[in-house]
Amino acid sequence: MSETKQEIAELCRLRDEIVESYPEKVGRNRKRHLLVKGCDAQPAIDANSRTLPGIITTRGCAFAGCKGVVLGPIKDIVNLVHGPVGCSYYSWLTRRNFARPSDSGKNFLQYCATTDMQESDIVFGGEKKLMQALREVKETLDPEAIAISATCPVGLIGDDIASVARDAEAELGIKVFAANCEGYKGVSQSVGHHIACNTLMENVVGTEAPDKTTDFDLNIFGEYNIGGDLWNIRPLLERIGYNVISTYTGDASIHDIARAPAAKLTLLMCHRSINYATQMFWDKYRLPWLKVNYIGFEQTAQSLREIAAFFGDDGLAARTEQVIATEMERIQPELEHYRRRLTGKRIILFVGGSRAHHFQHLCEELGMEIIMAGYEFAHRDDYEGRQVLDEIKDSGLSKVVKDLQFELEAGFKPRLSEAEVSAKQAELEHLMKYEGMIGDMSQGAFIVDDLNHYETGIAIRRLKPDVFCSGIKDKYVVEKMGVPSRQLHSYDYSGPYTGFEGAITFARDIDMAVSTPTIRFMTPPWRQADQDNESVNGKEAAHA
Amino acid sequence: MKSSASSHVSTTNPCRMCRPMGACLAFRGIANSMVLLHGSQGCSTYMRRYISSHFNEPVDIASSSLSEKSAVYGGAANLKQGIRNVVARYSPSVLGVVTTCLTETIGDDVRQIIAALLVEEPSLREVLIVPVSAPSYSGSHMDGFHDSCVAILERLASRPIPNNGAINIFPGFISPADIRHLGRILADFQTPAIILPDFSQTLDGGISDVYRRIPVGGTSLEQIGQMAGAAFSIEFNVTSPERQSSSALLESLADVSGERLPLPIGLRNCDFFFQALSDMTLTPVPARYKEERARLLDAMVDAHKYLFGKKVAVYGDADMVLALTGFMVDVGLVPVVCASSGDGAEFTRRISEATAGLETRPAVLTETDFDRIGSGATEAGAELLVGSSKGNHIARRLDIPLLRLGFPIHDRIGAQRLLHIGYQGTINLLDRLTNTIIAQQQDEYGNGYSYM
Repeated sequence: MSETKQEIAELCRLRDEIVESYPEKVGRNRKRHLLVKGCDAQPAIDANSRTLPGIITTRGCAFAGCKGVVLGPIKDIVNLVHGPVGCSYYSWLTRRNFARPSDSGKNFLQYCATTDMQESDIVFGGEKKLMQALREVKETLDPEAIAISATCPVGLIGDDIASVARDAEAELGIKVFAANCEGYKGVSQSVGHHIACNTLMENVVGTEAPDKTTDFDLNIFGEYNIGGDLWNIRPLLERIGYNVISTYTGDASIHDIARAPAAKLTLLMCHRSINYATQMFWDKYRLPWLKVNYIGFEQTAQSLREIAAFFGDDGLAARTEQVIATEMERIQPELEHYRRRLTGKRIILFVGGSRAHHFQHLCEELGMEIIMAGYEFAHRDDYEGRQVLDEIKDSGLSKVVKDLQFELEAGFKPRLSEAEVSAKQAELEHLMKYEGMIGDMSQGAFIVDDLNHYETGIAIRRLKPDVFCSGIKDKYVVEKMGVPSRQLHSYDYSGPYTGFEGAITFARDIDMAVSTPTIRFMTPPWRQADQDNESVNGKEAAHA
Repeated sequence: MKSSASSHVSTTNPCRMCRPMGACLAFRGIANSMVLLHGSQGCSTYMRRYISSHFNEPVDIASSSLSEKSAVYGGAANLKQGIRNVVARYSPSVLGVVTTCLTETIGDDVRQIIAALLVEEPSLREVLIVPVSAPSYSGSHMDGFHDSCVAILERLASRPIPNNGAINIFPGFISPADIRHLGRILADFQTPAIILPDFSQTLDGGISDVYRRIPVGGTSLEQIGQMAGAAFSIEFNVTSPERQSSSALLESLADVSGERLPLPIGLRNCDFFFQALSDMTLTPVPARYKEERARLLDAMVDAHKYLFGKKVAVYGDADMVLALTGFMVDVGLVPVVCASSGDGAEFTRRISEATAGLETRPAVLTETDFDRIGSGATEAGAELLVGSSKGNHIARRLDIPLLRLGFPIHDRIGAQRLLHIGYQGTINLLDRLTNTIIAQQQDEYGNGYSYM
């Protein structure tokens, strides 16, 4: 839905107003993170730069990205947190990444194990305690592997957790690996994703071979099974005839991740957190990746078709069409119902490092308009596409963790030759390509990086969205301001939102948000609240 | 009783949080206040998330967002910039500057950094900046909570002032509904009272047409200053050492005599509290509370036949667990595990006092984890768990019900509205306890519905 020139100019003025309402230095910084499409000649945005101290950000830390996001969902390992008690506690079952026990019958997601460092460990070092803790974990829980994640003090006191891991692996006879994901590293949880991908690559990937391979072997990467998202997708793929070698890391087994190089194609959902892994898989195993999107029925269908086209098999293509037709027929009546109710609704999406893009299509498929979108911890390539990667390489701040460089592994026979992959790339829009979010957005859309609560307030008062989708730290702010919210991290205990059925679940939840009678009672009968005529420096700012 | 886990150096499924968490909660009960955590930004994000999901409220906690560089060379520049920014955008009257394991390990001298900042920027003197040391590698969230209250009092109420006849109440970590109830009780005694901290509104606010980033409510600076002139203090904290006692501090610095009472949960503890109030204010217990007491007693008589002899494992913060244990004994329940998030010989001593009449003494666990609570509950054949949501997986494993109480409750709504204290709070608690047990029996026997 394109805005008129006049409307775009107004949005530009709003952007400038926000910038000017800050102290000068902060304003200069924030201006680089706020973009109105159609207003700036060059749609470039500053991202993945440091949050200013004292500005209330929704961003987390390296530990949260590494242990909380990427390593946390691997179900048959124990994640042992080396540090004081808090970080393991706060990352314990806080994400809704579901899992069923692995082939070994093991699932440790409900456990929170920590070395619980005390003052004496800080003073004298925690390596011995870590070693003993690893023995205890092996003895009491008997996991398939143990991942050690470091919190802030570990890097400072200089515990060598990698060498403890090596010793423990030799002693305990199971894989033990360590991630130096101290919270102060990098600018957000994003760097933790990178550390986790590197750690898995160096310690796990390629250490096992699958029992069987087929002509249609896939990996499902960057899908964390929040609320069961993976369980809407994997069965569809299996119905069509694919064999899933590994997920990474929703509902994942460490053994499957070890076997992942054997696949023919990797499907990449969350570009932000896992593109490091797919790049390394390409370098080391010439295993190509396809950017997919399972959020939205048209998006899912398009991704399924593109996967089938990659394999170029008539049977697969036919079954893909069959699955799409069956599923669409099933959801059609409800889809029409919700489209009628949701068409024209205005939505703000502020979430994650890829999710704000994924959900845009579904919202549009349901007839809604995206008036503002942004990421918490994305990099410029998530906004502008991978073509900017060279530009942002070694841009200092974003390179706390180095990309690991791999040559094609000696003796490894890739399933497809490089020439074959290049030929397919010419045909397939999303094979090893990602165009980013901005390209898909309409003229006049507001794009904001690392949104804070101050700007959230302005967005709500001035843009007047019908629903605001973000996470728990914004949710209650938004609701207090009389706007319905949906959490797109945890789905407010709902979901899954992927695939055909998930699209309907999402539509139902948005309908619930915009149609709830509760918000109507804001103004009591004895007083008509004057909610108009507020500006950036209006009522709310007066309390700032 | 010793479980195999008790000799472990590692902790599986901890039953306590780190110090800065408690500091964030305590400062939330000060009017127009903010907290800045001096450390990585993950600390503030994790704690905001946790507090929000329990209270269903927005929670803004600032961070000095330390990086690799500042972790090595010290966080002074980040801390100064963080304070400037949070003051510029939020205009707080009070700013708690709370350290974390990171900044304690690098040894940042926060007091000195703040002093230097105030010289550089004298306008910041209008904000009361209160540093609190919260090394996450020792103690628990309750240490951070009590330390913060003491730190604020040291700044604002450290000298005797003329007597104003008020009562100070230091309630500890109870629910917003509890704090509101306390306010009503004191109003009924017709004595001015100051409650510190008071997050009854700030962590359980309503919706109005104006959203305030720092919510309305909390104990004001003027009120905290007046605490030095109160007639006396009551503190619901019998388990902390004296240096963490707000009432002891006021007694030593401002000559305000104080009494440390157990949390008024359970008939006997409520009696202590109401008797103390009556004695100190020279006011008879208002009729409303005599009626509530009678109703509680009636409810206990009604309920005891469903409760008597049932074995319970209870865990949480020391004072809460202690009060619950006493109450359970009074209604015939048998506490078999009493587990505290904090350390403390005092907790252990008082639990054994409270359970002296029982044939089998409960396992008493301190600084504990759910591994130990689980083994204790299993060995003793517990039939009910009482505590935070984090015990959920033990309840499932043992196939016994969990009565959610304490912090955090993040898998149910309404934690902020749970009333536990006073005769009325005890009645609510008793009904929840009893119905949980009755529901379990009905489910087990498959009889479902019948007249009682």
